Amino acid sequence: MMNIPLSITTTIHDWLFSIMPEGAATITEWVLIAVAYLALFAVAGLYLVLLERKVAAWFQFRLGPNRVGPWGIFQTIADALKLVSKEIYSNQKVDKFLFNLAPYFVIVASLMAMAVFPFSKQFQGFDINIGVFFLFAVSSIGVIGLLVGGWASNNKYSLIGAMRSGLQTISYELSVGLSILTMVLLTGTLQLSEIIEVQRTGGWLIFQGHIPAVIAFMIFMIAGTAETNRAPFDLVEAESELGAGFHTEYSGMQFAYFFLAEFINMFIIASIAVVLFFGGWLSPFGITEGITWFPEVLWFVIKVFMIILLMMWFRWTFPRLRVDQLLTLEWKYLLPINMVNLVLMAVIIWLNFTL
Amino acid sequence: MERIVFYILALIIIIFAVASVSSRKILRAVIYLLFVLIGISGIYFMIDYSFLGAIQLAVYGGGVIVLFIFSVLLVHHVELELEVTPLRKKLIAGAVVLTGLGISLWAILTFPFQTAGTDRTIEVSDIGHRLLSVDAGGFILPFEVISVLLFAVMIGAIVIAKGKKLNK
Repeated sequence: MMNIPLSITTTIHDWLFSIMPEGAATITEWVLIAVAYLALFAVAGLYLVLLERKVAAWFQFRLGPNRVGPWGIFQTIADALKLVSKEIYSNQKVDKFLFNLAPYFVIVASLMAMAVFPFSKQFQGFDINIGVFFLFAVSSIGVIGLLVGGWASNNKYSLIGAMRSGLQTISYELSVGLSILTMVLLTGTLQLSEIIEVQRTGGWLIFQGHIPAVIAFMIFMIAGTAETNRAPFDLVEAESELGAGFHTEYSGMQFAYFFLAEFINMFIIASIAVVLFFGGWLSPFGITEGITWFPEVLWFVIKVFMIILLMMWFRWTFPRLRVDQLLTLEWKYLLPINMVNLVLMAVIIWLNFTL
Repeated sequence: MERIVFYILALIIIIFAVASVSSRKILRAVIYLLFVLIGISGIYFMIDYSFLGAIQLAVYGGGVIVLFIFSVLLVHHVELELEVTPLRKKLIAGAVVLTGLGISLWAILTFPFQTAGTDRTIEVSDIGHRLLSVDAGGFILPFEVISVLLFAVMIGAIVIAKGKKLNK
């Protein structure tokens, strides 16, 4: 077959192949992996929404959702059930085909990006040799969904939202790409599992690369927040100006797809940051290195949630930028700093000044 | 298994290519074209040349198609439909396409293809070394020529975009 290393728990793999013929076992394995990732997708999405609401409440001295279940932990599940039961409708003279297609672009792009992350040594869907570049390529597809959805809605607010999202994503993709490239200089490989192996011996990359790595991390966080269209860069769906931006006309599950994808994209940006700067599933100072039963995935999740909390902190602290401020920030500040930073990193590696 | 995947991809490419040129709504045509390009990148992934597959996705999917969509967004309303081409033009275009298809098919079918030897995954570092190598088989000259071309294009774009502001 297509040489896909399926390394999710070899035990299940061996067990399946022992009770079934090879072809059937392979297909069963694919189905299991797909179900596992879809479940992860749904659960992560739902609970990130809840976390966002709780964090928002803490920042504003409120309680947040607290009626459905203890501390409101079933709130988002109830919301999801409500959204599933809602009618999907569209206004007159929309382009039906594109209108219904658009949410899937967004959701498929983020699902494909999820596949390459090494959650632990055993739990990685697709260990492709160009991992980081694949992430970059796939995430550039997602914006098509926003553009098409906004245009097909036949609503001028949606159209303006879509135009803004396109301009924002195209601009900030450059900064994300360049800051990732700065770190790739340090690792010398694009494969995500090998990037983590590099950090096992030499320490986390943010310490290995010290000054340029910290600058790259800051740029990556700013540009990553902008890529996910979150506040303070949420001009795309600025409530006070555009209704809800590109998804004004969407209802029910179609709206939920856009909404979930936004939170999953935040998870993806945080995961890239964890893999490239903070050692992925490696424990800090190698404290659980020798313990074989310790689930390494726990470290990955803890680190990801720290980064996500940072992004939520941004959201509830900073006011929204104007369009011209957004473009000035990217093209006049982040991009030149990034270029200089890339050269600085190259010089540091050339002179062997890495830690 | 590989054969089935190939035929599915080929079918997707052909169907959406035809749909792309026959659609009367411009943005739909662009999206069908996107599906064609994604199908081609799927074939690259299938032959384990994932670098080219990802390039195809990033450059065509994320770059060219987004630019197309942008221009459509700026100039077209959702209700507009393209006019139908007159029959005479359709016939001429069909004849040209058939000739091109015939020539390509003849070239492909008569070419003595050999099965690839060792299937080694191509690393990005191999491509990088080859691009900067000055030995035989290196691509340093085209690489430099393309760099100069891109640089000239960038300056040109800035000059055009600035317009009158430059003269003041």
